[in-house]
Amino acid sequence: MLGEGILKGLTETARNFAGSFVSAERLTTVQYPEQRIPTAENARVFPFLVYDGTDWEAGMRCVACQICEKECPPKCIYIEKSKDKKPDFVGKMQIYPAKFDIDVSVCMSCQICVEVCPFEAIKMDTEFELSTTDRFGGLLYDRKQLSRSNEYYHKIHPTEAAEVDARLAEEKAKAEAKVKAAAEAAAAKAAAGLSVSAKSTAVSAASPAAPVANPAEAAPAPKPDGGGE
Amino acid sequence: MFEKADQVFLLLRDWLVGFLPPGWRSAAGVVLGVIGIIAVFPGLFAITTVLERKGLGRMQNRLGPNRVGPFGILQPIADAIKSLTKEDIVPLNADAVVHFLAPVFLVVVVFMGFAVLPVGRNMVLVNMDSGLLFYFAMGASTEVSIFMAGWSSRNKYSLLGAMRAVAQMISYEVPLLLSSVVIVMMTGSLSLVKIVEAQNQYSWGLPHWYIFTPWGCAAFVMYAVAATAETNRSPFDLPEGESELVAGYFTEYSGFKFALFFLGEYLAMLSISGLGTTLFLGGWSAPLAVLNWVPSWIWFFSKVMLSISVLIWVRGTLPRLRQDQLMNFAWKFVLPMTLLNLMVAALWRFMGDGWARWVICSAILLLVYVGAGRVGMRREHFGPRTYRYAE
Repeated sequence: MLGEGILKGLTETARNFAGSFVSAERLTTVQYPEQRIPTAENARVFPFLVYDGTDWEAGMRCVACQICEKECPPKCIYIEKSKDKKPDFVGKMQIYPAKFDIDVSVCMSCQICVEVCPFEAIKMDTEFELSTTDRFGGLLYDRKQLSRSNEYYHKIHPTEAAEVDARLAEEKAKAEAKVKAAAEAAAAKAAAGLSVSAKSTAVSAASPAAPVANPAEAAPAPKPDGGGE
Repeated sequence: MFEKADQVFLLLRDWLVGFLPPGWRSAAGVVLGVIGIIAVFPGLFAITTVLERKGLGRMQNRLGPNRVGPFGILQPIADAIKSLTKEDIVPLNADAVVHFLAPVFLVVVVFMGFAVLPVGRNMVLVNMDSGLLFYFAMGASTEVSIFMAGWSSRNKYSLLGAMRAVAQMISYEVPLLLSSVVIVMMTGSLSLVKIVEAQNQYSWGLPHWYIFTPWGCAAFVMYAVAATAETNRSPFDLPEGESELVAGYFTEYSGFKFALFFLGEYLAMLSISGLGTTLFLGGWSAPLAVLNWVPSWIWFFSKVMLSISVLIWVRGTLPRLRQDQLMNFAWKFVLPMTLLNLMVAALWRFMGDGWARWVICSAILLLVYVGAGRVGMRREHFGPRTYRYAE
């Protein structure tokens, strides 16, 4: 009959109207500044620099390799290398960025800087309320404003941060193992040199008729490459 | 006591007028009445805008305005301040005089309609014998102002919107009038006061409103459809379809002139709801005989606001029609139904009392409604589209 569809539609809107007072399903609005929905884990807005530990300057992972600066499509990153060096998370001496600026107004949130960074030093933030009244200075973030602790990174991207931490720990373990192995090799070689020379003396003592081996060959000195990189 | 509450506004007027010399009193009374109308209906307009925005929001699973004042009830004040402080732009090529006159004319004409509406017992500004005729004359003049606005703006969107508005309003003016003619036939008077008085009777405590008769109910449905189209309300809001015409005939209006158009539109809505209330819903009469002690003006305004809520509800539900659907519906369905309804009303009148006329009149109307709906409004199935390419 004519008008049936209209009545059906009217029923639906009436149910929406009445339901909005009782059921959250029919009133999905979130009162934004007061209430917030937690951001999705894979949300990305603007990059930040990760630091380990508590001191942002000492713990900064960035080594100013400038790959991100080169890869950034809108060229919003500006890096100046430091003259001196500081130890990185492994303990190795590295240069660090004396200046690291990103322009919020230019950044397009493409995440390419994050993908190219070999040091897990730059990651995407989920903070989206970046508006400011100063459109020049206020939108240019320096390295202090950009740095966030690793704990913060764990808070906003738990899964990704855990992976990164595992990878870094593995790298660190490998580096330590390498150092240890090198040290051990050096020690072993030193020990082996001693034993070989001892043996050769014993052999020569046992059979004086046998031609004495070249002493340089028999008891090699510790090689120069054993002392670590 | 109840008598006094019912007539409180008239007593107030008489008391105020009493301070003047006798020669001035009747004129001052009229001025006070006009002031009353100009104060009350824009007030209702403000309430309606909040109701509409919040109601529509709820229907669309959101909250609606809730920032200005508690629960957003001060929103209309903020809107008024905003539209008052906005720059008033007149296009360079527009006809400045007509451009200025159009919104003023609209509001004036719409206000004139309220003069003959009885808003309570003895509460009518002009007790005209041909009140209904006057009302429709004023209602039809709004088309002039809309066309003035569309034409003077010198904008294609405005002109198209105005053309659509005029076509639509003229088409729906006919069923609107014809559905009201039934009431005039049965009451034997064009005076709105007499029409309400004819409905202000009760048998077994129930009122004799015209909507409770077969022909009255049918006329009410037709009236509601035509009134929605007359006031350019959704689903008949083609003249101001945002997706097609920016804002239709008031595209080139800004600031307070725009607000005047808005006001005129909502006042037209209020006034046509008031007329519908007067014609079909018993005007200021109480819905039950036992509720007669409640002041009559409370009944009138609650009925009007109820009609407005239904209009808002419909707006929140239905999508906009297409121009051909709109015209087809007016000329192929609503108009024949109103004409049939005239005959049914005549039949009702000459069949005399008894239950037979209830059965026969209802049956005729229902059958024709179903039949016309099936046949007349059958959806045309177009074949597969063929394309002709330009050579």
